[in-house]
Amino acid sequence: MELSKILDLGQTALELGLVNSLTVLALFLSYSMLNVCDLSTDGCFTLGAVVGAVVAISGHPLLSIPAAMLAGSVSGLVTATLQTRMGVQSLLAGIVVNSALYSVNMAISGNKAQLAMNKTETVFTMAKRLLAGTPLSGAYRLIVELIAVCLIVLFLSAFLKTKLGLSIRATGSNADMVRSSSINPVFTTTVGLCISNSFTALSGCLMAQQGKSYDINLGSGMVTVALASLLIGGVFFGRSGVTLRAVGAVVGAFLFRVIYAVALRFKMPGFMLKAVSAVIVVIAISGPYLREQGKLLLRRRRSGREAGVC
Amino acid sequence: MLKLSHLDKTFNPGTADAKRALCDLSLHVNPGDFISIIGANGAGKSTLFNAICGSFFTDSGTILLGGEDITMQPEHVRARQIGRLFQDPMRGTAPDMTIEENLAVAAGMRTWLSRVTSKDRRAFRDRLATLGMGLEDRMSQRVGLLSGGQRQALTLLMATYNPPRLLLLDEHTAALDPGTAEKVLAITRQTVEQYSITCLMITHNMQSALDLGNRTIMMDDGRIIYDVSGEERSSLTIHDLTARFRDARGRELDNDRMLLGNV
Repeated sequence: MELSKILDLGQTALELGLVNSLTVLALFLSYSMLNVCDLSTDGCFTLGAVVGAVVAISGHPLLSIPAAMLAGSVSGLVTATLQTRMGVQSLLAGIVVNSALYSVNMAISGNKAQLAMNKTETVFTMAKRLLAGTPLSGAYRLIVELIAVCLIVLFLSAFLKTKLGLSIRATGSNADMVRSSSINPVFTTTVGLCISNSFTALSGCLMAQQGKSYDINLGSGMVTVALASLLIGGVFFGRSGVTLRAVGAVVGAFLFRVIYAVALRFKMPGFMLKAVSAVIVVIAISGPYLREQGKLLLRRRRSGREAGVC
Repeated sequence: MLKLSHLDKTFNPGTADAKRALCDLSLHVNPGDFISIIGANGAGKSTLFNAICGSFFTDSGTILLGGEDITMQPEHVRARQIGRLFQDPMRGTAPDMTIEENLAVAAGMRTWLSRVTSKDRRAFRDRLATLGMGLEDRMSQRVGLLSGGQRQALTLLMATYNPPRLLLLDEHTAALDPGTAEKVLAITRQTVEQYSITCLMITHNMQSALDLGNRTIMMDDGRIIYDVSGEERSSLTIHDLTARFRDARGRELDNDRMLLGNV
């Protein structure tokens, strides 16, 4: 393969990785910090995409970003309220919101499963015009995404060290301790989910605008893809400070895309993406468990053999 | 200071498993009291603490703390005035966070967006140094790496960082080895004296129940069956306590750890 082609592939992997990494950062906050597996991620990603698309199509490309993030945080608020104030189990709350979001998304798009944005002014087309003629003109997508990802990583690394951020982390680590520190875990969980879902929606918004099209299925399987990326990132930065771990989440998203791109080169059909991510999630989560079980099995065998000798 | 009036709590009411854990329990705690609580397994000692802390709401009765009615206050609101330590050293700290971060959450910084300043850090260091465990030099280590005794000492520091009006100790040294338990108990005593915190302590060690504090209460079946302080208490022996129990309840005190440990 020629160099330019590799570079091309690398750039695509980087672009998609960066967009996805925003969802990975959302899960970094909800899953790694708050210890909540937010299964509304798929629907929320699509929600961000459709809100961003509708607002951009109506002629407000810049407004589309905060609009999508706001929609996402409202969705997070609903998920959080269900699980903290209405007695719905955490996983179920996410699932319920996720399926409700399908209807919401269809309603927002005016009962259309797709929206085309070929001629729509988006943050990407704006960046393209701004950079026209400069040496960076070919990388306008990359630049928009890099800015978004950097802002979010910087925000997270600062936020997680504030009292609120620390309380959110403590809620995931030991909710009893939070309560005895006079902090209401209901509040920290709610704030955490609102913020994380706004990232997920931002991710979806940028994904749709970058691809110039919205599809109701844009977000399906996102939670697995993002979780896989998060766990890959955790392999490298799992034990570091929060900033490095957030960077690790972004690296994980990129590596996931690279693995996927390579698999495609080896003639893996595109529809395998979700199976691959599912397998990665299973390996990453059950790996340590199976290793322990394997050790036990070995010990049992060995002691059985020794008993036989006696 | 703390006034419990006619507290009642039944778990699983209306089922075959119904258990009346607190029966019309009243207790008046004076400011500066250090009360040790003893009683058989299932006597309702921890349930009493749960009721005071707000882990659940009692079925009836009122709880006044410093004149304020906290009967229906949620747990995290009461926590401003009440500190609590459990037997399990893991319960009071967040293992995935560093010592400094744990302290920061417990210390409660000014606003939600405040960060740990170097001044905070110095204050944390000074307070950690009073524990005499060398934790002040390990502030950036994860709490999960500490031993049980160190975690319990840290929990004590966190619970009393902003001195509460009331400190509840639920056998907080029982899971520690004797040497460490001694040390944590000494730190407890010192902290309670220094900030003149009113304190209730559940213990299974009858000797320390008599040695520590100024008042001892014995619980059984959700009731207080014996409440002793002053002259009478200073002449009490473990033997008297068990005899008291037998007289009051017509049976032997059946707390395994108590009996194995002391009699």
